[in-house]
Amino acid sequence: MNSKPYAKKVQVQAQINGEPVEFLCEPRQTLLEVLRESLGLTGAKEGCSNGNCGACSVLLDGVLVNACLVLAVEIQDKRVLTIEGLAPREGLHPLQEEFLRQGAVQCGFCTPGMILSAKALLDHNPHPGESEIRRWLAGNLCRCTGYEKIVRAVQAAAERLSQQEAAVEVKP
Amino acid sequence: MSADPQDSVQEAAPAYRVIGTRPIRQDGLDKVTGRAVFGADVRLPETLYGAVLRSPHAHARLLSIDTRQAEALPGVKAVVTAADLPAITLEGDWGDNLRYQSQNTLAADKVLYYGHAVAAVAAVSPHIASEALRSIQVVYDPLPAALDVRQAMREDAPILLDTLRTDSLGQRGNQPTNVASHARFERGDLEQGFAQAALVVEREFETATVHPGYIEPQNASAIYQSNGQVTIWCSTQAAFGIRDDVANVLQIPVGQICVIPTEIGGGFGGKNSAYLEPLAALLSKKSGGRPVKMAMNYSEVLAATGPTSASYIHVKVGVDRDGLITAAQATLVYAAGAYPGSPLWGGMPAIFGAYRVDNLRVDGYDVVVNRPRSGSLRAPGAANAVFASETVMDEICEKLGMDVLEFRRLNGVRQGDRRSDGVPLPRIGFHEALQAARQHPHYTAPLGGPHRGRGVACAYWGNHGGKSSATASVHADGSVSLLEGSVDVSGTRTSLAMQLAETLGIPLEAIHPRVADTNAVAYTEGSYGSRTTFATGWVVYELGQKLIALLSERAAILWETSPDQVQFAEGVFSHKGGEKRLAFKELAARLDETGSPLMASVSLAAGGAGPAFAVHLVDVEVDPETGKVQILRYTAVQDAGQAIHPGLVEGQIQGGVAQGIGWALHEGYVYDEAGRLLNANLLDYRLPTCLDVPAIEPVIVEMPNPRHPYGVRGVGEIPIIPPPAAIANAIARAVGVRLTQLPMSPGRVLAARLARDA
Amino acid sequence: MPVIWIPALLRDLTGGAEQVRTPGGTLRQALDALEARHPGLHARLITGDQLRPDVAVVVDGLVSPLRVRQPLNEDSEVHFISASSGG
Repeated sequence: MNSKPYAKKVQVQAQINGEPVEFLCEPRQTLLEVLRESLGLTGAKEGCSNGNCGACSVLLDGVLVNACLVLAVEIQDKRVLTIEGLAPREGLHPLQEEFLRQGAVQCGFCTPGMILSAKALLDHNPHPGESEIRRWLAGNLCRCTGYEKIVRAVQAAAERLSQQEAAVEVKP
Repeated sequence: MSADPQDSVQEAAPAYRVIGTRPIRQDGLDKVTGRAVFGADVRLPETLYGAVLRSPHAHARLLSIDTRQAEALPGVKAVVTAADLPAITLEGDWGDNLRYQSQNTLAADKVLYYGHAVAAVAAVSPHIASEALRSIQVVYDPLPAALDVRQAMREDAPILLDTLRTDSLGQRGNQPTNVASHARFERGDLEQGFAQAALVVEREFETATVHPGYIEPQNASAIYQSNGQVTIWCSTQAAFGIRDDVANVLQIPVGQICVIPTEIGGGFGGKNSAYLEPLAALLSKKSGGRPVKMAMNYSEVLAATGPTSASYIHVKVGVDRDGLITAAQATLVYAAGAYPGSPLWGGMPAIFGAYRVDNLRVDGYDVVVNRPRSGSLRAPGAANAVFASETVMDEICEKLGMDVLEFRRLNGVRQGDRRSDGVPLPRIGFHEALQAARQHPHYTAPLGGPHRGRGVACAYWGNHGGKSSATASVHADGSVSLLEGSVDVSGTRTSLAMQLAETLGIPLEAIHPRVADTNAVAYTEGSYGSRTTFATGWVVYELGQKLIALLSERAAILWETSPDQVQFAEGVFSHKGGEKRLAFKELAARLDETGSPLMASVSLAAGGAGPAFAVHLVDVEVDPETGKVQILRYTAVQDAGQAIHPGLVEGQIQGGVAQGIGWALHEGYVYDEAGRLLNANLLDYRLPTCLDVPAIEPVIVEMPNPRHPYGVRGVGEIPIIPPPAAIANAIARAVGVRLTQLPMSPGRVLAARLARDA
Repeated sequence: MPVIWIPALLRDLTGGAEQVRTPGGTLRQALDALEARHPGLHARLITGDQLRPDVAVVVDGLVSPLRVRQPLNEDSEVHFISASSGG
């Protein structure tokens, strides 16, 4: 037991928040552990560690995943978006702005995951109804807000995003 | 004017500038960008990772613990067991409390619940730490377990704590027992009261163990330096409480410990006391002062941190022909978990707290059982108690054919009535909240379908005041930094800064609030008991007054006059009878000319917490095939006192209701017969999702608390109280069965229906 | 004279009386005077020279941080209640 050999570390290359990233990890390490402990991206949170709370939600090649259920080695050659990469260099994403404006943040622990789930939804359908919003956010637990203000924030952000889109469309 | 003395009090609504607005909270930006630093986000050089070995038994003697293999594992830097904790020699009740805290940190000679900590390790990676746990050999001698209160109260029950004797306010039993204490409220003549009743309803209730369910697990990072100084970063509601717990468990002076509270991912009462902090400190000490970081996984959170008490409750209420309560009696038996201390202090005042009862008796029993030590959960002990009393009140209304809000108008407490514990009530807003509920369109809206019902429940909650401290410094640009002792669980940096901005007459943006560590500010009780915006808010008001007085002295220096010639109004200092004026910002810029910088501190104990009242309306639909309850509409009326930030108050109401819905319908610990927790994960211990919770409409009634400079009452806790009762009453009206157990799972609802039809 | 409300479980020591008037400029003095008339009360409420830690004292509607050292007025109303905190 004392001489138990550890599995060799693996080299992984991926794109995280638009930047090329290269790291070494043990095969047993989750994407969440590597993001948080090796890369210093602590915006994704560890809640339940088994895919039930959604606090570690990130986008993997545009698909919403729980980073606690993805092994770090699985992101080879893939794109990861975490909360740290959501906002443009200056300012905030409309989802972030509306979470602030609508009071959708209380303790803030579920917020990064919640915002990324909402982003995945709006990428998929820019005009979701309330029931679709609730369905998409059902994988993200929030114990503070009762969800009401979060739903309103996503609705408001969707509206703003589609207005922005419309503004872009009318430009020649 | 009405003859009702309550209505004759005229409060002129003060014209506030900042209070009552809805600014974006100061901590928001860091939280939407992922930059906010929560406990587990703390990164220190050379960090070791700690992990805890936990008991697989509910009750067993610890015969031996062999840690040699774990210690020899490469990468393992320290292993600790109860043998590493100092003995606590203090005698008496307080000594017992400290020993319980120590034993709950690491079991000494017995384990008392599934998940009880037995040993802890620190290693260079979390994976090596968990491997090390597997190589620790523990020999247990399993004992029979007492898992619920009625089992634990039997004469032949296994005894958890050998020295425990029942305490009845200073009178001790002389037999070993699991009943830690008995408490009682009593007034009037109960027998006579019931003899006068035209209708008596008597019911028994049982409620499950439920957990606060914050999403962020407990965590702690600690450095124990060779000079004895301990620094702890952790996610807590009570930085000073953690400091004191660590001092007690490790038997070191509080001055050697600095607790730095990080952002906290939810608490709801569950993060008031220490679990990992003393272990992380001890492991750091044993590994030569390297930082040790620990974080629970969610199974540990559920199995080993304080849930609230499961309970057995008996309620009997008598009313006369007109619906006036003639007598009320209740017995509350609360499961304390492994050590005494269930929240009877919350449940007993709450159970009939909304009613004027002349003939009353409330008995409470605190019973130890082989479950984790209970902790606080938002209005501790009240939601389960009020589930019992408010469903009885609803049944009385149904039997009398009486409108449920009329019943409350008739029997509801008013200013001057006595609480169950005898203390007279100050100005309260219960009847205003009842009126608002009655006038709300929800109350008379059609239900719109079969198997639907509307339920109403009310609640009283006393709220807490207590000790708080803060320090403020004035800067040359006119800004003010505010260092506060209260941890910000849900926006209190903003609600406190707003009160300071209001007092100083300056914009909110000029205030920079910050939660201080335990070396930077004087003692402050934790952020619990709905106390922070009230008590620390009062501190902040006094701090503003103090700054104004000090700044007046500085203006007097500039104007070469005496301070009593300086007056202050709306952010401007002026010379009495003269034309000289300096706005706050202008005076701040000239402080240098007046000799020295300027800061002030205030500490106080706030005694006049304003009682809160709530009236909730809920519509449900019950699926006749499955028993599943769907909530269709929810309206929560609450007297908030003056709402400092109405958006934050709404958030507290909506969040509290959602938590109450979980308690009502989904949540509850499931143990097997041997006392193993079967649902220690968030798939099987089901917190409400946004599909379970409807749009919750908060209705804020503002009856200012006369004992606070800005009229603040506590708002955070009471919203969790009415939902289980309101939902039970709605189910009763929908399908005609009264449920007496929580949670009201589909199986239970269906079984009750089938039993009635059979 | 201040009036002390007797907790239900201590009323066997006051012959069932729910309220007792007793002289005392502070709560400690009032409790000493009470002890003279109703022996045993002191031992039930006080440990060492302090009020039991699980008991809070409410004087004239306010929880007193001074506890046994709380000054009393001629018409003060004193209650002993459970010490509380919250969630």
